[in-house]
Amino acid sequence: MADSGTKTERVTLTIDGREVSVEKGTTILEAAEALGNRIPHYCYHPGLSAPAQCRLCLVEVEGAPKLQASCITTAQDGQVVHTQSDDALRQRKGVLEFYLANHPLDCPICDQSGECKLQDYVFAEGRKHGRNREPKRVFGRDDFGGDILFYGDRCVMCTRCVRFMNEAAQDPLLTVVERGNRSVIDTFFDEGLEGSPYAGNIVDICPVGALVSKDFLHKARAWDLDHTPSICPNCSQGCNIDLHTRDNRVHRLKPRPNLDVNQYWMCDYGRHRYDWMNRTDRLEAPMIEREDSRVATGWAEALEALTARLEEVGDRPVRAIASPFSSNEELAALRLLVNALGGGEIHFRSPRTDEEIPLPSFPKLTRRKDLAPNVKGAEFLGMARVGDDDATGGLEGLEGFDGILLVVGDALPDCAPDFGSDAALHIHLGSYTSRATEAAHFRLPIATHAEQEGTFTNFEGRVQRFWPGLEAPGAARPGWLVLAALAAHLEGTAVPQRAEEMFLKAGELTPHFQGITYQDLGTRGALANEPVALPGA
Amino acid sequence: MGYPYSHEKETVVLSRGFGDPATRTLARWKEMGGYTALEKALNLPYEEVIEEVKSSGLRGRGGAGFPTGVKWSFMPQEKKGPHYLCCNADESEPGTFKDRELMRWTPHQVIEGCLIAAHAIRAEHVYIYCRGEFFEATQVLARAVEEAYEAGLIGKNILGTGVDIELTVVAGAGAYICGEETALMNSLEGRRGLPRVKPPFPAAIGAFGQPTTINNVETLCAVPHIINRGGAWYREQGTEKSPGTKLFCVSGHVRRPGNYELPLGFPMMELINDVCGGLRPGRTLKAVIPGGSSVPIMNAEECASCTLDYEGVIECGSMLGCASVIVMDDSTNIVKQVRRMVDFYAHESCGQCTPCREGTQWLSRILVRIENGKGTEEDLDTLLELGDQMTGTTICVLSDSAAAPVASSIEKFRDDYLALIRRGERVGAA
Repeated sequence: MADSGTKTERVTLTIDGREVSVEKGTTILEAAEALGNRIPHYCYHPGLSAPAQCRLCLVEVEGAPKLQASCITTAQDGQVVHTQSDDALRQRKGVLEFYLANHPLDCPICDQSGECKLQDYVFAEGRKHGRNREPKRVFGRDDFGGDILFYGDRCVMCTRCVRFMNEAAQDPLLTVVERGNRSVIDTFFDEGLEGSPYAGNIVDICPVGALVSKDFLHKARAWDLDHTPSICPNCSQGCNIDLHTRDNRVHRLKPRPNLDVNQYWMCDYGRHRYDWMNRTDRLEAPMIEREDSRVATGWAEALEALTARLEEVGDRPVRAIASPFSSNEELAALRLLVNALGGGEIHFRSPRTDEEIPLPSFPKLTRRKDLAPNVKGAEFLGMARVGDDDATGGLEGLEGFDGILLVVGDALPDCAPDFGSDAALHIHLGSYTSRATEAAHFRLPIATHAEQEGTFTNFEGRVQRFWPGLEAPGAARPGWLVLAALAAHLEGTAVPQRAEEMFLKAGELTPHFQGITYQDLGTRGALANEPVALPGA
Repeated sequence: MGYPYSHEKETVVLSRGFGDPATRTLARWKEMGGYTALEKALNLPYEEVIEEVKSSGLRGRGGAGFPTGVKWSFMPQEKKGPHYLCCNADESEPGTFKDRELMRWTPHQVIEGCLIAAHAIRAEHVYIYCRGEFFEATQVLARAVEEAYEAGLIGKNILGTGVDIELTVVAGAGAYICGEETALMNSLEGRRGLPRVKPPFPAAIGAFGQPTTINNVETLCAVPHIINRGGAWYREQGTEKSPGTKLFCVSGHVRRPGNYELPLGFPMMELINDVCGGLRPGRTLKAVIPGGSSVPIMNAEECASCTLDYEGVIECGSMLGCASVIVMDDSTNIVKQVRRMVDFYAHESCGQCTPCREGTQWLSRILVRIENGKGTEEDLDTLLELGDQMTGTTICVLSDSAAAPVASSIEKFRDDYLALIRRGERVGAA
């Protein structure tokens, strides 16, 4: 963040005996959070307005006549706050008891179990034994349309979902009906949430199991899921996400907060497109040509045979097809290899749509027209887009091409089985089996983005890291490693051992990435360099 | 003059014309001296109107008893946008029926008070928010407003003074909570009637985001009299800290229930035994709720020396509230009455805050069980603890109000509960 020269006013307060200095206007809850002290809360969400109605974030503020809702009480200079005083704990314990008065306690069959704020808070601050002996009121289950299912009995009436639809999606499809103990969240008439493009977020922000995803329903227990930070690969927005995986399968995608890219949200389009990460029709072993057939082999043998063939073929024109689903590292390694072979054009094909789907409260977050995560990275590395909006066509120029043809990451679904048959050497690096790739002289299995470390460059040139959440099948390896190993062999240089080393090499290929390290990117990413135009250039 | 009964000990100021339908007409009201105070007030600078009301010591009649003049002076000195006056006519407190009568019999008194108050706070628009169930009162009021508009008493350039004030009568949809001033504003704006978090207070950000004052009907009705006769005259009635007269709504086990206008500080037993004609023959006093169902219940002993002013009732362990005196004799089943009150709050809770939403219902269910003879002594502790958990933890005070009768009745009538719990014996049938 550049120093704009304006200093924001700060206040210093004491929370549980520790001093903290925060920007003026910060609430006590947020100030406590800055100290790592999480005050229980339901209705407060950093991305929404705070109605202060859950009454769970009550804390003692010295000088105040009664406990204050910390989510709406702004921090004052010299204020002394006790979040753990007897009075605060007693009152919060009381409020928590009320939450359980009508709660069905169906944790064993509730999807939220294990990541439920009611479980967490009651465990931390609640009574050991409930005193409720009365019959509970029952609402039952309601289909809210789209992917959303509502279990009214589990609801804590925090109204986060209503406020998300009103304030963020600005599509007021939810409301509270009735009052008092009979109040319940509902949709209007039968319209429901069907077709509302950001509605999936209400499942994420629901602190309990009242709103659940039909797609995820009863699929996995929360505590069995591993969370891996990643980037949504379904458009060029680059929403920060977590892959939730179990048994080497992705079970759901959840947004990961990044105020510069996606705040706390992601669109349903991206959220529900993860099945391809679980595809089982994978290339698992390097295939090399032997006489007229292709045989599976190990990597050492495959690379040895490939380098031998490259020498045999000699100097020939080189053409390559890349994919906007590849990482910056993979694309850079391809560029390195093409350069080592004497240079040549690299094209890529990318799916595209005419429609953007912005989030009204934060229009910077939008489902972008480019439905691939790394179009910008490919462009930074000098690759040109060809083909149509369905990522097909555009390869007519390769008909009868008799040089060296490299295809990385594009399964060529629209190509004839004899595609590339005129090439002197046809090398295919891919993740999935496809008829059009069977004829390649060398077919090498590479990992998908979910299976490796790397970076994508989003629509505005923000470079963001992702981490491996799945294990690659069989002998599949990161594409950058395979390509860089070949290039290193041709050039007689060392093979980069880590994704970061490969990214540093990418910095040598394009000024956009120059000097950027993984440390600079962190978990939030950083904007790539704007290349400086030379005078007279 | 009380309604339906009157008594010689009354001091008639506000209740003039009660029972006489002719009072509703502008012509008759003017004969009675109506709208002279308005003319006087509009020709005064607004500060002087506030000062006069301040000097009278008039306190809010909605229940809280906050000094009215002081409340008016909270409005911003510098006027940046429109100011609003809301007249709170959502009278819903169980036991209260004074505002309804003021609107039914003396609608012009309400309008005149509203217009003077609007001038004092420099509001250009008055909203009278009527309780949804007040069909007759709303109609009477609406007709009077129409008449006053035609006579140039509302609207542009009132009485040639250059002051413009519009007035709109709004009917609520039947929710007790909309009598809470911030919920009233939400309802007025067309939102759900949910109380708002304070601060900001209505004088800073109120209806439609603008500075707003909310006054009770009875409070506003007292204003024309104070303007006409002066703050010092008003102080001749009542006590030092609770000046003026007040309408007392007496209901329950008395021979002549109804509205009576009495100076504040009037002895409670005199009200019950003399003004209201006493209890039914052969009955003794068991309990009194002096200020509507939200205040602690009093036993006969506490009532004996109680005077009906804001301070006097607090001294005797309760609150004057809106002076709705519910009298219960020895035929009363206290547990049942408390359960009915709690049921009311459970039904009327807006459902925002968890302690109130869940707590009111929970209290009610425990009380039903006790009433059916299936309670335990531990239930009484649970009731008290739940009541404590519901007090001071919510946005508005509905939750506290629901807990108050439970706690005070267990404290003062524990034997009634124990008789049910231990022996299944119901004390009293009513």
